[in-house]
Amino acid sequence: MSPSPSSGVELHSIRFTVNGAQRTLDIPPWLTLLDLLRDEFDMTGTKKGCDHGQCGACTVLRDGKRINACLTLAVMCDGANLTTVEGLATDDELHPMQRAFIKHDAFQCGYCTPGQICSAVGLAREGRANNRDDIKELMSGNLCRCGAYSNIIAAVEEALPHSGGDLGQGGAQS
Amino acid sequence: MMPFNYSRPGDISEAIKLADATTRFIAGGTNLVDLMKENVVRPSRLIDITGLGLNEVEELPDGGLRIGALVSNADLAWHPLIEQRYPLLSQAILAGASPQLRNMASTGGNLLQRTRCYYFYDTGSPCNKREPGSGCPARSGLNRIHAILGASDACVATHPSDMCVALAALDAVVHVQGKAGERRIDFADFHRLPADAPERDNQLADDELVTAIELPAPRFVAHHRYLKIRDRASYAFALVSVAAALKLDGGTIRDARLALGGVAHKPWRDKAVEAALAGKPVSHETFSAAADLLLRDAQPLTHNAFKVRLAHRAIVRALSDAATGGNA
Repeated sequence: MSPSPSSGVELHSIRFTVNGAQRTLDIPPWLTLLDLLRDEFDMTGTKKGCDHGQCGACTVLRDGKRINACLTLAVMCDGANLTTVEGLATDDELHPMQRAFIKHDAFQCGYCTPGQICSAVGLAREGRANNRDDIKELMSGNLCRCGAYSNIIAAVEEALPHSGGDLGQGGAQS
Repeated sequence: MMPFNYSRPGDISEAIKLADATTRFIAGGTNLVDLMKENVVRPSRLIDITGLGLNEVEELPDGGLRIGALVSNADLAWHPLIEQRYPLLSQAILAGASPQLRNMASTGGNLLQRTRCYYFYDTGSPCNKREPGSGCPARSGLNRIHAILGASDACVATHPSDMCVALAALDAVVHVQGKAGERRIDFADFHRLPADAPERDNQLADDELVTAIELPAPRFVAHHRYLKIRDRASYAFALVSVAAALKLDGGTIRDARLALGGVAHKPWRDKAVEAALAGKPVSHETFSAAADLLLRDAQPLTHNAFKVRLAHRAIVRALSDAATGGNA
């Protein structure tokens, strides 16, 4: 749990872009990016799983690179360009990775899915996965307790060539 | 997490000036933030060093490289000069953590990550590393993942890094800067064995900041292997890992480097073993004898005797693969 900000520690003013929208706010230094997104911005697409960097449910893209929001202090994101799962689709079209997840039924309960999709988009932008084994290894930071892995890999494999570019609504551009 | 203050200095001297025994530098935060959530580490102030630059990989005149402490693990593993000249380092980094964590974690921070001993993380347990003098429950408790070499009565923890095992084998040098000035530390001397002060993982003073890692001119591009053995195929800490690098002349070993992870409080390197390998023929017997020698003083605990045989086989396999140039 986060401590209360009444303990005499100064707040810090930060400014960053989330899914194309500029945000400015004053926060205590111990607020994680994950808690900021969910509790302050009510952007609950990014999930809290383990809260220790082990499950990948909180994966978001910072300046186009996938990171664990649970281990990221929001105060250290000053000036960053963030993309969450809410920012991948455009007004009338899902991101190719989202379409592929639906097509391949790449989830069961869906809790890990936003993190899986953001991680897969980050993977595509890295340009290092050339086959299914590479995809398996480079998606290892995202756990799926339902065990939808084979369908997740199929979805990522199909969407990979179409997913390395823009990040939706004014997120980090390639 | 306990409350703390936060500073983001713009230059190194300002960062060092803020540092004392109660503060911590933060870069990627992948280990430190987790430790703070568990109240294992409770700094009064975090000094955010991400504004200091230190994020370049520079070529040195002798063909070596100077790696800024803030280069991310992902950027380092996939840097063209690392892939070309130090593929062993690239392999080791990619064997560790997850892609998300490698995007966040810094080169300097990788050196400073803490052990994953369960008792160190459990603030309800004694732990000499966390609370000096409180005791070590791992010695008689759950110690399957713990050390077989160089441990002490006070601590049987292992160092968790993969990257550091390769850096040890590659004769890296750590550049640090503190209030007393700058100094260079050979990688083999950077981390400590626990002895009677396991609270100290390395020889950095409280105000000293890792600024860069220097690699000498590459010598082991053709024959190297990072072999990591773990409980699952990916995204797990090493039970045993081996960084092997050879310089061959036909079927004869001219020079060898061998470092182990997962077996000790620091990346384990034994120069007597490396010296014994020099001049020997490339053969199973040579590699097996080297493994015997390296493990001669191994002292397994209740639940990790398997690590001795595992390490023996991993050493032989890694050296054999390195000799044939195999890096599969």
